[in-house]
Amino acid sequence: MKIKVIVTLKEGVLDPQGKAIQQTLNGMGFSSVNQVRQGKYFDVEVDDSDETKAKEKVEDMCKKLLANLVIEDYKII
Amino acid sequence: MKSSVIIFPGSNCDRDMDVALKKFGFKNKMVWHDDNELPKSDLIVLPGGFSYGDYLRCGSIAGKSNIIKSVIKFAQSGGLVLGICNGFQILTETGLLPGILQQNKNIEFICKNVHVKVADKSNKYFKNIKKEILELHIAHNEGNYFCSNNDLKFLEDNNQIAVKYCNAKGNCNLESNPNGALKNIAGVFNKEKNILGMMPHPERMIDKYLSGEDGALFFQNLIGNLG
Repeated sequence: MKIKVIVTLKEGVLDPQGKAIQQTLNGMGFSSVNQVRQGKYFDVEVDDSDETKAKEKVEDMCKKLLANLVIEDYKII
Repeated sequence: MKSSVIIFPGSNCDRDMDVALKKFGFKNKMVWHDDNELPKSDLIVLPGGFSYGDYLRCGSIAGKSNIIKSVIKFAQSGGLVLGICNGFQILTETGLLPGILQQNKNIEFICKNVHVKVADKSNKYFKNIKKEILELHIAHNEGNYFCSNNDLKFLEDNNQIAVKYCNAKGNCNLESNPNGALKNIAGVFNKEKNILGMMPHPERMIDKYLSGEDGALFFQNLIGNLG
């Protein structure tokens, strides 16, 4: 089973790469872009067949490794 | 005094640290990250570099390596643990130190000498250091210290800020902040002050002809305080 995880920076945490991407997009003529926040996406393949249990495990992985909760939030989708 | 330097795949300041520790009298051993046990040590050093290629987040994979379990145990029992640069990043990822080192504000790798102000001397690392301002070297892409407001209050209330970026006169301001670090923070302690993480590299400043000797002061002072 494949579980998808998105890790994003928390609101208010500085994202210099996102800012550079936004400025580049503005420079390319995409003038309506007023913010870009860059994040990470993970496909986690697990052997479990029970989706609820698998997601619980992945949540544990997020807390322990995939995200740093000081600055990041995670979403399991 | 016995010290141990942990080597991770991608560490690149481990041998510089070994040279520095030996120069100032430590009997140093190098320890591989996959080992389980630490040699008997008075000081454990997590060196600078790019452990595990900085994959995921700097220091995050090293923070889960075999030897780290022993390092955490050693630190929690009061042993001295020093993390320089990537070592500081590893210490925050293990939770031994609060906060995180984010990408530099200007998205550039910074490699230059900086001045830092010693913010606390009630600890074994800086006690008896005569100078207030040290000139040290930094080389990092992720040195922008950040922590929650609660953690910052805790750090300030307990004098856990170890060193702060400043100019040659000792003023900590925006111009003397190389990477956007919160409150110019270049290094922090845990509450008990046996664990120190800092971005500047004292091991690169131990030779008067090559670099400058403010790093030498750091090591001389440290071994003196351990005696």
